Order: sequence, then C-alpha cells, then structure tokens
Amino acid sequence: MNNIVTLKDIVVEFDGERILDKINLDIKDKEFVTLLGPSGCGKTTTLRIIGGFLDPDSGTVMFDGKKINGLPPYKRNVNTVFQRYALFPHLNVYDNIAFGLRVQKLSEKDISKRVAEMLKLVNLTGFEKRSITRLSGGQQQRVAIARALVNHPKVLLLDEPLGALDLKLRKEMQIELKRIQEQLEITFIYVTHDQEEALTMSDTVVVMNGGIIQQVGSPVDIYNEPKNAFVADFIGESNILNGLMIRDRLVEISGRNFECVDGGFGENTPVDVVIRPEDITLVAPEEAQLNGIVESVIFKGVHYEMLIDAYDFRWIVHSTKAAEKGASVGITFTPDDIHIMNKMKSHESVKEGADE
Amino acid sequence: MNNLKNKLAAAPYLVWMVVFILVPLLMVAYFAFTDGNGHFTLDYVSDVAQYAPIFIRSIWLALIATVICLVIAYPLAYILTGLKSGTRSTMLMIVMLPMWMNFLLRTYAWMTLLGNNGLINSFLGFFGIGPFKMLNTEGAVVLGMVYNYLPFMILPIYSVMVKIDKSVLEAAADLGCNPRKTLLKVVFPLSLPGVFSGITMVFVPAISTFIISRMLGGGGNLLIGDLIEMQFLGNSYNMNLGAAISLVLMVIVLLIMTIMNQFSADEDGVVLM
Repeated sequence: MNNIVTLKDIVVEFDGERILDKINLDIKDKEFVTLLGPSGCGKTTTLRIIGGFLDPDSGTVMFDGKKINGLPPYKRNVNTVFQRYALFPHLNVYDNIAFGLRVQKLSEKDISKRVAEMLKLVNLTGFEKRSITRLSGGQQQRVAIARALVNHPKVLLLDEPLGALDLKLRKEMQIELKRIQEQLEITFIYVTHDQEEALTMSDTVVVMNGGIIQQVGSPVDIYNEPKNAFVADFIGESNILNGLMIRDRLVEISGRNFECVDGGFGENTPVDVVIRPEDITLVAPEEAQLNGIVESVIFKGVHYEMLIDAYDFRWIVHSTKAAEKGASVGITFTPDDIHIMNKMKSHESVKEGADE
Repeated sequence: MNNLKNKLAAAPYLVWMVVFILVPLLMVAYFAFTDGNGHFTLDYVSDVAQYAPIFIRSIWLALIATVICLVIAYPLAYILTGLKSGTRSTMLMIVMLPMWMNFLLRTYAWMTLLGNNGLINSFLGFFGIGPFKMLNTEGAVVLGMVYNYLPFMILPIYSVMVKIDKSVLEAAADLGCNPRKTLLKVVFPLSLPGVFSGITMVFVPAISTFIISRMLGGGGNLLIGDLIEMQFLGNSYNMNLGAAISLVLMVIVLLIMTIMNQFSADEDGVVLM
C-alpha cells in the first residue's frame, strides 16, 4: 500500500516552545490511523498541519507523493470533522452537507443525490430541513461527518470528534465510524486522548507525548509490546517498577531476581519493568513470588481492582476473585508477563495528566 | 416569592417607561389630533401631506448616508476582527474617539473645513483650483450624517462578527472556500443581525436630524427634523402641526423597520442584539 500522507522532520514552535519536535510519520492509504496522547502532546497540531490550517516551522508535508507545504486548506483533498462540529448555524442539515458541493458548483441534481447518500450513511434520512440548533450532540456529530465525507476526500481528519458525547453514544459512534471507514475505503486520521477509543477503531495507533512520537504500531502491538514506560502507562493500566537488568533474561525487581524473556539491554543496566495488572495472579502466600498486604479492593464490574503493598511498591492487580482488605496475599506472574524497557530520559512525563 | 421579587424589581423601570415614554407618546398623539382648543380634528395630520417633498428628501438623504456608512463600516469591521487584540482595541478606540467630542463641535468643524473660505478651498486655492461650493449642499448634509453616525454602524457589525466561531471559518476553508467565498457564504450571512441593527441605528437618527442639515445644509436643504423644530421653537410656532409631523415620521420609520425585520427575522428574529 502507498503512503497517502508523509510527515518529514516536522517542527512547530509557539513562543519558543516546541510543540512538535521532528515528527516523522507515514500514513498508508485506506488506513484508520489514530494519533493518541494526553492533551498538549501535539496530536491536534499534527492534524492541523495535514489539514493545512497550520504551517510547520520546518519539515515537509507530503500528500499523495506531492509536497503540499503552504497549500491552503481549500486546495487540499482533505476534509475535517472539527472538535466542536463547527456546523454553519445559518444553514439547515441539507445545506450544511451540500456546502462543499455547492462551492464546487455541482448541479443541484447531483448535489441532492450525494446528500441523500450521505444522510443514509450517517442514519439521518428525513432530517434534511431540520435546523442545526434543533439537533442533539450525536446528530450534529453525524451532520459534521456527512458534511466532510460528501466531498469524497482521500483523507478524513477527525479532531476528537466524540469528545462531547456521553459514554454510550460514544461507543455507538466508534463502531459506526469504523463501519463508515471500511465501507468508503478512505484514510481516517483520528485524534483522541482516549486510549480505549484508539484501540477499538484503529489499524495503526500513533502514541505521542511532549511533541514526540513515542510508538507507532497496531493496537495489539502497542498494548502488548509498549516501547517505553509512557506508552505502557498511557495505554491501559500498568505496574511500572524500577528494575535492574542483571543479564539477558534475568531482571531484579524489589531485590529479587526474576526470569524474563527480554534481552539486549547489557549487564547491570537500570530499566523500567512493566507488568499489566491483569497478568498478575493472586495465590496463597506460600506459593507466591512476592508477598504483600491488600490495601484496597474496588469492584469494577468485570473484575476487582486491588492495591497490594509488597516490598515498598503498590501493585495494581486485576482479578475476578476478590481478596479481603488487610489480608496477606501472594502474587505471581510468568516470565512472559514481564516487559522490560529502557529508562526514559525524564521520568516525570509518565505522570503527566492522561486526561484533560 | 421569587416571582414577586422580580416584579418588585421591575416596578421602577415600569414607572419610568410609563412616565417618560408612554405618556409623552400619547401626548404627541393628543396634540396631533386636536386643535388649539382641545377639539378633535384631522386638519393637522392632513396638512402634513404638503410637506411630502421634505419627507422624501429626508428619507432619501438618510438612505444615502446609511448605505455609505454600511459600505465603509462593513469592510472596516471585517478587517478589525482579523487584527491582533492589542491593535484591535486601539483601532476601536479611534473609531469611538469622535463620539467623545461634542456633537455640535464636530459639526462646526466641518463648516470651517467645507466653507467657501474654508480650509479645503484655501488649500486648493494654492494650486489655483476652485473654490468649490461644498457647504450648504445636500452632499455636505450626507457627509455630516456619515461622519456622525458611522460608529453606530461599525460597532454592531463588529460585535456580531467578532463572535463568529473561528472554527466555522476553518470549516468553510476546509470545504473548499477561498477567503473571498468564505466572506460571502459564511461571514456575511452570519453577520446580518449586526448589519440590520447598524442600519437601524444609523437610519433612524439620520432621518430625524436637524442640527446637521441646519449647519451643513444651509436654508435650502430643510429636513423633517428642521420642520418639526420650527413648529416648536421657531417662528412658525404650531405645536399641533409639529406633533402631527412627528407622528407621521414615527409611523414611516416604524413601517420601514417592520419591512427590514421581515428580511432579518426569518432565521432567529434577533435584530437589535
């Protein structure tokens, strides 16, 4: 598959602050790509560069093999679904969707055909004459999607489009967006800070933080093989511990040695060790690798979330069986569950807000 | 309880409106339909018809002034919204500045500029051009109106325009509009409420002005305002006729405004916002 969008060494600075620090990214045609990261990580800025609303201070933007730096938005074969919809308040549903086609001076007959197709695609048939102000948030969202897609763009940019919707509606729209993307076979570039949303919909997830791309990969890769502690912490919940790589396939955590499957870090190297809460098994203290005291138990629906204090580290453990608060329990995990990663340059970025 | 409080709070304003708005209006109507002895008559109202040419001239000049104000104000308001906030407030200040100066003084200033021995003609005289007759013309009256009422056109248009969501403009660009088309298809329709209230705020005072026409128009460019003033303070003292003319003017303005509202109210019904 060809690359439809390529970013090369993109740098953006505002008031001397680096928003994007040498971003390099290839986006393949017909892919659902998600830019994921906490607020202020540069994901929306990246999207605005592709849309043409912002010019990078340096670097190259390629679209379909051509350099498009400096090309204004109205000359790009890209359409955007804006964060707060940005529908035209003076136009009704039909006229909002028809807007782009009227600018292209299509015949009213063609326009009405294509608008009808779009209304069907987003399940809004019958709403043509409705005023924008009399639509619910979810309906406005659908109009915004239809208004962008009716122009048959090669790439659709979506800037946190579901942020304003309630949880149930958001889940419905996630599935619907994925269906639309597969049906139309166009590239979606989707910006969100919601890791679950990213994992649900994407072919490729681009995790960003501090203006730097942390990891690019499929949802499964990103979840199972996080490249660093930031990705591990941001995608799902994680226990991140300081470890010492004694030699290949042997790591020291909390003063004890554990077998693991990673290597190539050298000998006696400080590393970050990530263990997912759901990979930890609760066992009787005598069978355990580590022993601890249950600090709290929270019922989460599918599982219980427990905090277990063991050797000065507070482990997050997910289990369908609840232990009693204050009880002495043992925890155990297999070598496969231990993920070793290089220490990040600054550790504080891990703790920076994951939500707005 | 709360409702009662609201009513009590509204009471002073209600009294104010009755005493200073409703009662005077009724008095104008009373004088318009009675003669000096308090008997009912339609004479004065029908007498107004003979001043039709003055009415037409007033409407015409006010209309021209309104159109010129709009033509000047709209692009200016649009440019203002695009400026950085610091520059923008400075520019707005400059727009407002003349309003802080006395109305009479401002208009006198134009007399000294436009007069036959005024600044402009003296300047042109250096080059052997002129003098041109500029003072005491209809043009001078329109100029006075435009100069005095321009801020009332700029401010409402600007305040509506500045509230237009920037992302809506980006959406227009995203959907293929170059800046000119964005202005035409998005900014203009969304700024119409400001345009309509600007037109109202310029047209109404312009149609009833008397100082501007007196000072810049000389005796030959009598407007309705002058006519009304003459009936109350001038030589041809006739309170009843003055009231009748005022009433007719009010009806005409009301009619024009109603027609205007028909155009603007179809979307959201807000004109003076």
